[in-house]
Amino acid sequence: MRCMFCENPATVHLTEQVNGTKREVHLCERCARERKLLPHPPGPPINLKALLNLLTLTFRGQPAAAAPPTRCPSCGLTPAAFKAEGRLGCGADYELFREALEPLLERVHRATRHAGKCPARVRAATRAARIEALREQMRVAIAEENYEAAAAARDAIRALEAEGITG
Amino acid sequence: MNLDNLLPNLGEWLRGVGPDSDAVVSTRIRLARNLVDFPFTNRASVPQKAEIVSRAREAIARAGLPYQLDYHDIPAMPSLDRQFLVERQLISRELAAVLDGPRGVAFDAQESVSVMINEEDHLRLQVLRSGFALEDAWADVDRLDDALESRLPYAYHSQFGYLTACPTNVGTGMRASVLLHLPALGLTKQIEKVFRSLQKINLAVRGLHGEGSRAFGDLYQISNQVTLGKSEPQILAEIKEVILTILQYERHARAVLLKERKQGEQDRVARALGTLGSATMITAEETMELLSIVRLGIHLHLIEDVPATVVNQLFIQTQAAHLQKLVGHPLDGEERNAARAKYLKTRLRELGTPKS
Repeated sequence: MRCMFCENPATVHLTEQVNGTKREVHLCERCARERKLLPHPPGPPINLKALLNLLTLTFRGQPAAAAPPTRCPSCGLTPAAFKAEGRLGCGADYELFREALEPLLERVHRATRHAGKCPARVRAATRAARIEALREQMRVAIAEENYEAAAAARDAIRALEAEGITG
Repeated sequence: MNLDNLLPNLGEWLRGVGPDSDAVVSTRIRLARNLVDFPFTNRASVPQKAEIVSRAREAIARAGLPYQLDYHDIPAMPSLDRQFLVERQLISRELAAVLDGPRGVAFDAQESVSVMINEEDHLRLQVLRSGFALEDAWADVDRLDDALESRLPYAYHSQFGYLTACPTNVGTGMRASVLLHLPALGLTKQIEKVFRSLQKINLAVRGLHGEGSRAFGDLYQISNQVTLGKSEPQILAEIKEVILTILQYERHARAVLLKERKQGEQDRVARALGTLGSATMITAEETMELLSIVRLGIHLHLIEDVPATVVNQLFIQTQAAHLQKLVGHPLDGEERNAARAKYLKTRLRELGTPKS
């Protein structure tokens, strides 16, 4: 990898998450020093302001981040209103404002994925999809005369179906 | 149901029984749920809110629950009654006085189960239990949730879980709170240390009336902050472990008090009872502080003639809306303080002159 400013090999790699957007900076040691990103030993610690300046620039070949949505078509929430109120307006906003939400969720919950209860209808739909995928696996296995794999898929289907009956 | 019929009752959370009731007043679990196809309450129009109320009421009526939930319309309710329900922990301050438009609450005669409609989220299901009973409360609220879910399609996302208006509730939508009475930790100045360590592990500490309320009478509410990334039983197990540790500290502090300054404690309890029984003006805050001392005295067996349930009764009946209902007419601040003192004096006299 080459330095973003000159043609020397990049030896300094910095990554930063800003509003859910990952930005990377690759520089050679000299360019990094010139931009005060590396301390002159025993110099001052890394210059955060300079780093942020770099991260918010767009570099050659790197596309600008996708424009954030301006207004939810279903509830009318704008990014500004979300920022001001801290409340979402409808379920669709979770998709629409995902970029802004995920870092926030990470900070509040240290997680971005649900791991608890789920409605019965969602459970049933997930199960149906898994059974369908296993059926397909079984068909392929039979066509390939891989009867061991076919039997394993059949057993897995039966187990899922039994789970559906007992709830 | 006439709300005034509730007045002489204690309500589930103040029954004063249940596991670890020497230091745990009550356990509460609430689930935040929203209906799919409607904007959240803050962006819903009045007709949409009315439709949400009607769908939720129908689902509650047909859910085949083992108890009956009676619906109460909030906008039609006098403000004194709303305040009364806030004091009984059946509705939030927001539902009572901050939010507007069609909204209400359905709760059972035991005051153990309540469903708020059009609070910050379309539905806030709540189960209250006296004592330390996280598992039982979870089993109850989980069952209620299942029963309603089969009739009301909830807003659910495969990654984010149950969707809520505030991202701090998303995922499980669950807030489990345990109301603790920790007078000995307060007295021995260890309480701050306990709370600092709680904040480090992401549990919140609040006063009795939730966010922003001060902790009066050594009552503290401990609840989970995290709702995403962990299952409900996992979150409950984490809270349980922490509460058990706090209970150990509190009981240890009580034992030390009893050993090192029994005489002094006995005196404090007697003085607290004396003030409660003879004041002619008393604020709600002072009442709570004094009742806290009496409650500790009961659990340390320093007094025998005041049952713990009476402390709970005095505690709830001396709150502003309860007091005004008892008296039968509105009272301003000064009048309330006089009426409160009079009520306390009468009730304590009924118990006979307390000996210490």
